[in-house]
Amino acid sequence: MAEKFLMKGNEALAEAAIRAGCRIYFGYPITPQTELAAYMAKRMPKIGGVFVQAESEVAAINMVYGAASAGKRVMTSSSSPGVSLKQEGISYLAGSDLPAVIVNVQRGGPGLGGIQPSQSDYFQATKGGGHGDYHLIVLTPASVQEMADLTGLAFDLADRYRVPSMILADGTIGQMMEPVEIEETEPHLIEKPWAVTGTQMKRKHNVINSLYLDPEELEQTNIDRFARYETIKQNEARWEEYMMEDADYCLVAFGIASRVAKNAVVSLRAKGIKAGLIRPITVWPFPEKPLAEAADRVKAFVSVELSMGQMIEDVKLATGSRKPVVLCSRTGGVIPGPDQIIETVEKLAGGR
Amino acid sequence: MKRLSLFCGHYGSGKTNIAVNYAVRLKEEGKKVTIADLDIVNPYFRTRDSEEMLERAGVRLLTLPYANTNIDMPTIPSEAYSLFRPETGHCVLDIGGDDRGAYVLGQFAPFILEENDYDMFFVVNYCRPLTPTPEKALEVLREIEEACGIGFTALINNSNLGAWTDRRLIEESRGKALELSRFTGLPLAMTTVRRDLATEGEFPLDLQKSC
Repeated sequence: MAEKFLMKGNEALAEAAIRAGCRIYFGYPITPQTELAAYMAKRMPKIGGVFVQAESEVAAINMVYGAASAGKRVMTSSSSPGVSLKQEGISYLAGSDLPAVIVNVQRGGPGLGGIQPSQSDYFQATKGGGHGDYHLIVLTPASVQEMADLTGLAFDLADRYRVPSMILADGTIGQMMEPVEIEETEPHLIEKPWAVTGTQMKRKHNVINSLYLDPEELEQTNIDRFARYETIKQNEARWEEYMMEDADYCLVAFGIASRVAKNAVVSLRAKGIKAGLIRPITVWPFPEKPLAEAADRVKAFVSVELSMGQMIEDVKLATGSRKPVVLCSRTGGVIPGPDQIIETVEKLAGGR
Repeated sequence: MKRLSLFCGHYGSGKTNIAVNYAVRLKEEGKKVTIADLDIVNPYFRTRDSEEMLERAGVRLLTLPYANTNIDMPTIPSEAYSLFRPETGHCVLDIGGDDRGAYVLGQFAPFILEENDYDMFFVVNYCRPLTPTPEKALEVLREIEEACGIGFTALINNSNLGAWTDRRLIEESRGKALELSRFTGLPLAMTTVRRDLATEGEFPLDLQKSC
C-alpha cells in the first residue's frame, strides 16, 4: 500500500531512509539540505530513533563510523562544502568496509560558493573524494520520487557489498516539491556477523579498523576490495534510456540536467533531429555498456551538466572517444535551459 | 475586512503562494496593499518570485535586498515597522514556516495585539507528510501560536498534491478541514485551489513561477 504526499526532495529522502530502517542520523545544517536534518529532528524522537546535530560535519561522519561499526543503518547528509569536510571520515568508512549512506545535496562551488544548485561535486563523488584507493556507490535522483526510491536502494547496496553509498542530489531536486508515492514495505535488513555488538563471551571479538601494519596485508586488502568493486560494476550499473532506439545524437545527463535534456529531446524531435537521452542513475558504477553500444549507432554525444565538465570524462572513456563528445553546461548555480541544449545539437547536426 | 492579514502555517503549506494571490485580490477590490516577506527560514521560494505579478497589480512589495540571492541571511528590513502604522493601509504578511518561522512575529506581537485589527490565517495542506490529519495539524497550529504569541483567527485549507491534484482530493480534504475547525472553534475562511480546478466558493490560485 503506497501513501501519496506532496514533499520536498529532502523530506522524501529523509522519510524513505526511515522506512528503510534507518533510526540513526547525524548531521549539521547547511543550505540546501537543511530540511533533511530538520525532518529527522522532528521524526526520530517519535519513533525511537536517534537524531544528533553534531558540532561539525567532521564529528557527524565519525559518529556515522561508530554506528555503522555496530551494524546499524545510519545516514548523514550535507551540501558541497560540508561533504568536503566529511571526506576523511568517508575514506575511513571505505577502508573499514562499513556500509553507510552519505547524502550530498550539491550547491555551487568551489569554496563557499553559493546556495544555488550544482553538479560540480561529480569528481569528488565518483573518483574518491578522500584519500586512498576506494569507491562509493553513487546514486543520482532526478525527481522527488527517486529521492525516496533510491534511498532505500542505497541502504540495501551498502549493506550487501559493505561499501558506503552516496546519494548525489542537487539543490533543485532537494528543494523542489512534487507528489510522491511512498511504499509501505519492510526494510531489507540483513545479518551483519562482522559488526561490533558485544561477544556475550560466545565468539571472538570483531574488529573494525582501517590501519594495517603490514604493507602487503594492506595491498591484499585493497586488491580484495577491488574484486568486490568489480562485482558491483558488473551488477549494479543503472540507467534510463529515452528515445534512444533510432537516435543520431545522444544526450547524457543525470539529476536535474536530465529533466531539461528530456525536454530538449522532445523539441529536437519536433524539429526533425533524432535526439535521445541516456540518463545515468548510478554514476559509480558508470553505465559504460549502454554508452559503448550507443557509440556504434549515434553521430555524437552531448554531456549536459551543471559543472565545467566533469562527467564528460567518463562519457569519453565509456565510448572510447569513437564519436565526438561535446559539453553543454552552466555552472556556479545556474541550470542550462533546453534552448542551450537544442542549439548545441543543432550545431552538431550541421548548423541549422 | 481587517487591516493586517497574517499567513502562517507549516513548512511548505503554500503560504507564500496564497499570500501573493490574496494581496492581488485585495488590490483588485481597490485597496492600498503592501505585501511583506517576513520569512527568516527559507532562502528559496520567496515572495519576490512573484515580483512581476505584484508590480503589474500595483501591490507594494516589502522584501529583503538579500532575497533570491546567494546570501542566506535570516534578517528582516527595518522598514517592516511601517507595516504596523494604520496609514500604511492593508498589509499582507507572509511568514516563514512552522514555529521557527513564526518566531519573527514575536517582536511585532505587541503592535499587532494593541491595534487588534488583524486576521491570522493557519494554512494547511493535508497532503504534506507531517500534517496528514487534523490532530497533527493542530499540534503545528499550537506550536506556531506559542512561538509568536498571537492566536489564529481563521483556517485555510490548501490541500493539494501538486500536479496530481484532482477534485476528489479537494472534496476529501474538506472533512479534515472542518474537523480542525471543530477542534479549534476557528472558522474555515477559505479553500484555496489551483485556478483550473477551482469551483464556486473556492479561492482560485495563480501559481508562482518556479525558479
